[in-house]
Amino acid sequence: MKLVIINYGAGNIKSIQFAFNRLGVDAILSNNPVEILAADKIIFPGVGEASSAMKMLKESGLDTLIPTLKQPVLGICLGMQLMCKSTEEGNTKGLGIFQTDVKRFSTDLKVPQMGWNVIKNLKSPLFSGIKENEYMYLVHSYYAEHCNETIAATDYGINYASALQHENFYGVQFHPEKSGTEGAKILENFLKL
Amino acid sequence: MLTKRIIPCLDIKNGRTVKGVNFVDLRDAGDPVELAKQYADVGADELVFLDISATLEARATTLDMVMHVAEQVNIPFTVGGGISSVEHVDALLQCGADKVSINSSAVKRPELVNELADKFGSQCVVVAIDAKQINGNWKVHLDGGSIPTDIDLFEWAKEVEQRGAGEILFTSMDHDGTKNGFANEALAKLSESLNIPIIASGGAGNVQHFVDTFKEGKADAALAASVFHFGEIPIPELKKELKKHNIEVRL
Repeated sequence: MKLVIINYGAGNIKSIQFAFNRLGVDAILSNNPVEILAADKIIFPGVGEASSAMKMLKESGLDTLIPTLKQPVLGICLGMQLMCKSTEEGNTKGLGIFQTDVKRFSTDLKVPQMGWNVIKNLKSPLFSGIKENEYMYLVHSYYAEHCNETIAATDYGINYASALQHENFYGVQFHPEKSGTEGAKILENFLKL
Repeated sequence: MLTKRIIPCLDIKNGRTVKGVNFVDLRDAGDPVELAKQYADVGADELVFLDISATLEARATTLDMVMHVAEQVNIPFTVGGGISSVEHVDALLQCGADKVSINSSAVKRPELVNELADKFGSQCVVVAIDAKQINGNWKVHLDGGSIPTDIDLFEWAKEVEQRGAGEILFTSMDHDGTKNGFANEALAKLSESLNIPIIASGGAGNVQHFVDTFKEGKADAALAASVFHFGEIPIPELKKELKKHNIEVRL
């Protein structure tokens, strides 16, 4: 199993690498297209601000590479948001893999949403063995609107897509690497896809 | 629904936990990794490590400790204590910390909050505020509470929110160590006037105090040390009680 975590300078990827280590898998950190193309599975992480993350992706040419990947790809948090059509954060055009847009949470709520919330209406082998309304750890100020590709939903003020899937592309808004044993199970499921 | 969070706080000196921890079934009560894992297993939602090391060498040891915690613990954790530069925060995040908490250094140089939020994102910037009431007004204190300032708690909290803090950790020095409950009136005022999560700290003595700080204090999270370390309040029982009071928690 060759697992690559795309390292384009956005955020803390150590935690993801450690989480896979705990599952007995060594993940390679790389922004090298050759290495990414040769991987069996790819993680597309992201923490931070959308427009600057997209800028870093463009600088390394990864914005054109990622949508062409054929292996299972898992976008986490901002990674998932960048795979959508667009995000209101910094008015950024996304990779357009998921046919939905990313909006900012209403100001009546505390933003960011920070902490543990449930995922429900689970619809993907990614969630095999995960029960409905399981708790996951989330930290985000923007959310993806529902679309045909929604595979999990969460409520925070509104009901939004906390996970998406289009063909070999998967995205989760929560942090499975920080979501205890159930989060680890989701990463394990991804490795089995 | 987003749950209320329960956060044990561990004091770290020279890479080891200090200030008496009395856990059963622990091979080494001073090992932060062992303790962190145990807390994660019993349902703690997050952890805070407060570095009270006095020397630079000891701080380097803390970085090593942070790396070991990140390797082995699968819930989020914050590191605080003596952080005053972007470089230091970068090093901590590189080692796998999820958030950092800054306190006196933010008061001394408020731009630090902007710099950290711009570089790493608000989600990892916790501003800790120690305050106590002087003539009925909440005043911010520095350096572990030893130095009073004329800064008003609520104005300072508002300012750090505007500068990009993602969360406020408010410790009432009037309540800390008393085990008489949290500073719920001030907490509620903070929670209502700010749009970022507020962590209540200082005063936890029994389960009802946690109920009160979530209901009356409108806190988003509650932090405590000794009541957890000495097993006075086991986290699973605490969460069950909170649930009985219709407070949303992760069970």
